[in-house]
This record gives sequence, C-alpha cells and structure tokens, in this order.
Amino acid sequence: MQAFGSGAMTNSIADITDARAILAIGTNTTEQHPVLSLRIKEAVRKHGAKLIVADPRRIGLADFAVLHLQHEAGTDLALLNGLAYIILEENLHDADYIAERTENFEAWRAVVEQYPPDKVSQITGVPVEDLVQAARIYGGNRPASIFYAMGITQHTVGHQNVLAIANLAMLTGNVGVPGGGVNPLRGQNNVQGACDVGGLPNVYPGYQRVDNEAAREKFAAYHGVPQPPPRPGLTVTEMLQAAHDGRVRALYIMGENPAMSDPDSTHVRECLEALEFLVVQDIFLNETGEMADVVLPAAAFAEKDGTFTNTERRVRLVRRALDPPGEARPDWEIIAEIARRLGAEGWDYADPAAIMDEIADVAPIYGGMSFERLEGEGLQWPCPDRDHPGTPILHVGKFSRGKGRFSPVHHQPAAELPDEEYPLMLTTGRILQHWHTGTMTRRVGGLEFLAPEELVEINPADAAALGIADRDWIRVSSRRGAVTARAWVTDRVRPGLIFMTFHFAEALGNVLTNNVIDPVAKIPEYKVCAVRVEKAEAPEMAGV
Amino acid sequence: MIQADTIVRSTCPYCGVGCQLDLHIRDNLIYRVGASFDSGPNYGLLCVKGRFGHDFLWHPDRLTTPLIRRNGHLEPASWDEALGLVADRLASIRAESGPDAIALLCSAKCTNEENYLMQKLARQVIGTHNIDHCARL
Ligand code: SF4
Repeated sequence: MQAFGSGAMTNSIADITDARAILAIGTNTTEQHPVLSLRIKEAVRKHGAKLIVADPRRIGLADFAVLHLQHEAGTDLALLNGLAYIILEENLHDADYIAERTENFEAWRAVVEQYPPDKVSQITGVPVEDLVQAARIYGGNRPASIFYAMGITQHTVGHQNVLAIANLAMLTGNVGVPGGGVNPLRGQNNVQGACDVGGLPNVYPGYQRVDNEAAREKFAAYHGVPQPPPRPGLTVTEMLQAAHDGRVRALYIMGENPAMSDPDSTHVRECLEALEFLVVQDIFLNETGEMADVVLPAAAFAEKDGTFTNTERRVRLVRRALDPPGEARPDWEIIAEIARRLGAEGWDYADPAAIMDEIADVAPIYGGMSFERLEGEGLQWPCPDRDHPGTPILHVGKFSRGKGRFSPVHHQPAAELPDEEYPLMLTTGRILQHWHTGTMTRRVGGLEFLAPEELVEINPADAAALGIADRDWIRVSSRRGAVTARAWVTDRVRPGLIFMTFHFAEALGNVLTNNVIDPVAKIPEYKVCAVRVEKAEAPEMAGV
Repeated sequence: MIQADTIVRSTCPYCGVGCQLDLHIRDNLIYRVGASFDSGPNYGLLCVKGRFGHDFLWHPDRLTTPLIRRNGHLEPASWDEALGLVADRLASIRAESGPDAIALLCSAKCTNEENYLMQKLARQVIGTHNIDHCARL
C-alpha cells in the first residue's frame, strides 16, 4: 500500500481483543470471516470495545455495534473524509504522531476540510449526529482498529478508499500499535500467499517490482535466464480483453473460474472462446473448464502438502491426508512437469518443502521460513532470516516506507448510477454457507440444504412499489444482461439497493455487474451497478 | 464409535482466517473435522464451512483423468498425451507470437508453492509477466 509501504493486515487476529474501539467498514465479517468475527464480538462483549459498523446492508455484525452507519453504496470515501474532518475539528487527532511519523499532512488537511458533516450527510445519507458520534468513538478511544474487505476495494475508487482508511488510522496514531492498525480481511484462503509469492503481473516473489533493476538482476542470476522486459504484465481483466483482441493466444488457468467469477460474464465467455488454446487445471470441470482444449485433473487441499498464508500474514502448513481420486495430481507436480517438457532446468523438486526453500532464497519476507520452522503455529512475515521470530505487528516505531504518507483523496460517484431506465442499485457479495463460484460448496449436501438458491435482497418499500412479495420470482436486469431468482423482502438493504451473490450459476449476479475497473488497483466495480427489477414467472426447472 | 486411522492437522481451504483443522481420516475419507483448543487463530472454533464443508472431495464430479478436446468434445486422455500437447502448443505459440501471447492464471485457492511455480513458469520459462489471479474478485 502506497501510504505505508505494504499491503496486508498490519496487526494480528490475536490482538483484536486489545482494541478499545473498532471500525468495521465494507466487511460482512460474520459471514465472510466467521471465526475472526467471533474475536470482534469477544472484544465487544468481554472487553468493552466500542464497535462501529459502516455498511449499506444491515449485516449480522451490526447487532454487536453501538452504531451502524448505513451509508449509500459507493460513498465510503466521503464518509471516511467526513470522519477525519470531525476528528480534526474536535481535536481528537494525535499531533505528536503526525509530526514524528508522517508526511504530507497539511496538503491532505486542505482536502479533508472540504468535507463538513452536512455535506457528507447529504452524499452518504448518514445523519449528522451519527457521523459525529462515530468520529468521537473512533477518534476518542485508543487503540482503535479498522477492518475492511471487498466492500471497500471493489469500486472504481477502491484504491482511494484504502488510502482514506490509512489516513484515518495515521491521523489518530493507530498504526504500529497493538489493538490498532489497518486490517484488510483477505477473502480466499490463500489470496495473501498468492500475492506474496509473485502471483501478480507487477511484482516478483516478495513484492519486488518487475521494473526494479536490482530485482531483475537477482532473478536473472538466480535462475540463469534473461528476464522479461521491465514492465508489468496483464491483469486478469486485461488478459481477457487481450484474448478477445487476439493479442493473447493461449491461457493456462490453475484453480480459477473466470467464466463465473468475473464481471459481465457474457463478455468473459466471448473472450475465452476467442482463445486458440485454453488449458484449465482444476479439481472439477467448472464453467471455464468446459470451454478448454485441455483439462488437467488436480489434487485438492487435503490431498497434497504445502502452505497457505492467512489474512494476518501467517504461513501455515497444509498436509496430505487423503489420496487424490483416480489419476489426479498435485498442481505443483503438474506445473513442474510442463516446465521440464518445455526444456527448463532446475525443476526437479523432491517435494513442496524444497519449493519453500527456494521461495525463502528469493523472497526476503519469507527468508527465514522452512517447513520445519512452520510446524506448530507457523510464522508471520516479514521473517527475514532463520533466527527471526516473525512479525505480529507491522510498522512499529517506523513505517516500512520510512514516513507514513497522507494521501489527499476526493469522493467520486460510482461509474454507473441508477437512472430512469435502471432505477435501483445492485451490490454483490457472498453468504455464509457458500463459497465464491460454488465449485466446492455447491457439491456439499449439507450446505446446499442450508442455502439452495439465490435470494435477491430487496427493501420492503421497493418491493411494495413493484408489487413483489417475499419469495416471489423476480427478473433483475442491467445494461449487460438479466437473471431470474426469488426475492427476499428485507430491511437488511436500504431502500433503492438490492443485493445478490455470485454463487449460483443458474442466477448469476455477475451477468449484471459492470466490468469497469479501478485504474490503479485494477479491481472491478462489483459493489455498484444500476439495475431494474420486475416481477417474473417461475423459470422452468426451478425445482420448486 | 468409529475410530480414526489418523488425525491430520491442516489449514482450512475456504477463507483467509486460516483456521487449523484436525481431519479425522479413515478409509481415505474425512469423516469428521475437529479443531484443537491449543492452536490459533481459531482455538477450537470453526464455522459451518470449515467443519462440514468437505464432502466435495469425494464428489463423483471430481476430475480423475486428463481431458483433451477432440472434434468439439472433451475426451479422456493419458497424462503423457495431455502434458505433451500443452508443452507443444505453448512452445509453438511462443515461437510464433512471442512470450506475451501467453498468459497464466494462478490461484488464491492453491498453495504458496504452487503459485510460486506458476509465476516461475511464466517469468523464467515462458518469459512473460502475464501472471495474475483473482485477488481482486
Ligand atoms: S473454518 Fe470458517 S472461518 Fe475458519 S478458515 Fe474456514 S471458512 Fe474461514
């Protein structure tokens, strides 16, 4: 993250209970990070922490909050700047911390001063008294932590949203202290690790930038091959577009399902169809695999050894407990075999432990890790050498980039807002019982029993105006497509807002979503698009 | 009561909390999942997915053999043939259009070691930085 110099949870799950105040914004923690949400509840119930939930939906965690700010989807930036304004006005900021540890404060302050409570209230729909109360709770209790998830990042302004959160934490001296911090909750089990080891187009393992000459030389020397040109490669969304345009001819996919997970899924299918050669390596024949030229059967997590890195940067062992079915093989064996067949040398790994040893050689943040040391409770990066105990809290005493930098950021409306033709706003997310595109959970009988179908959350006022009763079939359309599902009439969502998931192929929210992306972080705007809702007939084969 | 042949400690495959699971194994099945009170971050706790979400492992839809598209249909093939075809096609596309005509997606569901190898394949063997995964989704 540009504000501090690293993009991960600054603090640990264990110190959640040290917080005196907690701001949870854009995270449906009880459903998406259930066991971590128990720590937040414990902080509130047993340790008296004051919890503020900021979310357009009345999510489960709101029941534990002293205050729920139900701001309009896509107005997080105005809300965060507005809280900073009040904290400054009421003198709740930490002037010593700001002077000693940060830079660019005055330039930032000049922008925040344009966000007085009445203006912010107008943009966000949150009453002025609630804004003031929230600022007093977050600003007036130390330490105070902030938790956020994709409700913050999946917007065209996602990158600025994250900076606004960092600004607020630095303003109150809450970075680098136990019980404080800026804590992005990473969604997938190993999204943190996939980023850490270089599964991104702009960085080598350990976040060493591909345009850094020293890094290029290091990898050229280590592997004994020339490096690709020093400019970032394509992101997922860009790869798909490049496939469509014929610039990318072959795509090799391991364990992902873009035909379902990516926004505007009709367009994604066209892109995949345009490829000359598509390889999909997975545990099931998913929607993407059905379009492939070659499908390779992979072992699942319980059928192989390895490591995952959790949201608090802690690397943990994954152990083989079962034999893979049929001829399925662990992904690492398949990749190594393809590399060997392409004539590469240095791919004769005896086991995943040997691969971790190589990661430790090339990625300084993993420098002190080995399978032997990861037994037990694992290690939190940065862990630079074999004697280092790992790092539970980042930026203690000093930020990794030196000084923490305040970044002025302005509110901008979402790329597509409701209008006459598409008068409602759609936001998307996930539910407790299912996972992502459902490849795994929709094949677990018990979970299907608990949550067998898509239910579109719609406010009672909107439902009444459209003549829709609870569990009626409805048709939701956007500029990109339409889906049919049943309605759940509930005040979990604000009037004007509906909520859908992307778990159910038969009623896929991503047919509707907008593939416009944040130009910096390259994250699609899943959280806001404009839709129209109508009453519909039950589809055939609805499985009544 | 059924006794486990072995109990294997592992890490939950669902969300980023990274709960530790005790997999009770018998006859190549997980028939029960527990959690140790001595190990963080979950200290004995699990959610519905971590405790009960593993039946997909032996679902009949699991892929058990490589598949190759022939005359429009995916048909079973040997590993040797499938891997040979992948290597040949990648090599020829790279020779014709350069390394950037190839792109790779690694996975937030796979291990660190597998993701590391996938980016190494992209950068050090094929010669492209076209490597990404669904971190943003
Ligand atoms: S048990 Fe639940 S909370 Fe824990 S890692 Fe698995 S999915 Fe996440």
